Amino acid sequence: MADAKKYPTPVTNPETSAFWEAAKQGKFMIKRCTACGEPHYFPRSICPFCFSDKTVWEEASGEAVIYTFSLMRKSATGPYAIAYVTLKEGPSLQTNIVDCDMDKLKIGQKLKVVWQPTDGAPLPFFTPV
Amino acid sequence: MTIKGKAYIAGIYEHPTRHAPDKSTAQLHAEVAKGAIEDAGLTKADIDGYFCAGDAPGGVMPMVDYLGLKVRHFDSTDTGGCSYLVHLGHAAEAIAAGKCSIALVTLAGKPRTGPMPPRSSGAEADFELAYGATTHNVYGMCAMRHMHDYGTTSEQLAWIKVAASHHAQYNPHAMLKEVVTVEDVLNSPMISDPLHRMDCCVVTDGGGAMIVTTPEIAKSLKKPLVRLIGHGEAMKGPRGGKDLDLTYSAGVWSGPRAFEEAGVTPKDIKYASIYDSFTITVLMQLEDIGFCKKGEGGKFVADGNLISGVGKLPFNTDGGGLCSNHPVNRGGMTKILEAVRQLRGEAHPKVQVKNCDLAIAHGTGGLLGVRHAASTCILERV
Repeated sequence: MADAKKYPTPVTNPETSAFWEAAKQGKFMIKRCTACGEPHYFPRSICPFCFSDKTVWEEASGEAVIYTFSLMRKSATGPYAIAYVTLKEGPSLQTNIVDCDMDKLKIGQKLKVVWQPTDGAPLPFFTPV
Repeated sequence: MTIKGKAYIAGIYEHPTRHAPDKSTAQLHAEVAKGAIEDAGLTKADIDGYFCAGDAPGGVMPMVDYLGLKVRHFDSTDTGGCSYLVHLGHAAEAIAAGKCSIALVTLAGKPRTGPMPPRSSGAEADFELAYGATTHNVYGMCAMRHMHDYGTTSEQLAWIKVAASHHAQYNPHAMLKEVVTVEDVLNSPMISDPLHRMDCCVVTDGGGAMIVTTPEIAKSLKKPLVRLIGHGEAMKGPRGGKDLDLTYSAGVWSGPRAFEEAGVTPKDIKYASIYDSFTITVLMQLEDIGFCKKGEGGKFVADGNLISGVGKLPFNTDGGGLCSNHPVNRGGMTKILEAVRQLRGEAHPKVQVKNCDLAIAHGTGGLLGVRHAASTCILERV
């Protein structure tokens, strides 16, 4: 089961440490550029769209929908659902859908962020609402 | 400045092995290099340029030393399975600029004998590695969304494997020589939805090599003349997660660039080598480089349209990665080699395309649903 799975500890670095510190408080952060207004994920210090360095941290709603997914039927740690999900704020990201009936997943399905522990900061996953 | 007609493929070699526990990876590189040099009618001392990618043990410096080369130009661009399609374009650029005159490109490795080293990652590592992205499930996600957006079906994808198997039956070196049906593909075990086992390519040890040279040198040799007349390359990634669309690849940019340089259109192509890591890879590439409209790939590949002598676009007549060979999990080299065989008239008689004077070799490398590159090469018989 997903809960029993051992996930890698984020290495973190000066550019991303604020994300992981917020994760420990259960806050899912994205970056937004105050020059062009675009949000992005994963977080960068310089906007990948307009290349401005005026990017700021913003707490995201944690709400998302499934863009696409695939069920990995066999692996060393058991079956899992990998997915791209699109955040309410706009950016899409890679994740796993956990605590769900894998055979009932559908593109467009509504999700919310959940956290899974590691030996360091927790990692964001998504689960159907 | 164009590379059109400025570089010829004068030598090719595909290692016949598909399982090589008794050989080293460097040895396989040397064996395919020797094969391509001999096919061209040259000697090792003639080589003055060398190209290799991440499969070469230790990279370009140890390989040049191991092979005993003396080169004045080298390039170790690594874009996964399409690296060698990129190398062909880059070799043509170097030859056109006078930086080298006879370039050797090699690929070899042994994923069937033992596990491959883990894929390296970039700045995204903390934000992606935990989620278990593999080739199977990432291409699965592309197929899932393509089906959702365009109504593509598993039956249509299966036709790609069926066509490859029809060709592989004539290749004595093919790993899978048995002709399969759409039902066989659909009844094979689900690996990562919606991709079945028979939607996936083979895993093989082995390799291949080619010699790229100037028009003057190629004309002084004895092989039929095959030249590069157009090349394009491009990259695509999630780019901050904005407007994510997994139903198209970087081929939408590399393909048109290659066709424009060549001065031909997809309708002119007589034979197509299309990277086939999975059936969905072929379907998306055919759409992206312009053989049909986006979303119509399913209809295009159905009912044997890719089978030589049956359909309108004969593809991967060696059996491709789906049935014959996918050395080192990198299919770009074998795509070029079969295109050259077709243009030389050296393909198996049962799959040889009549009067084959214009061919395309196209591939993607990396992970199609994540970060990948694409390279398109248009080749002409002179």
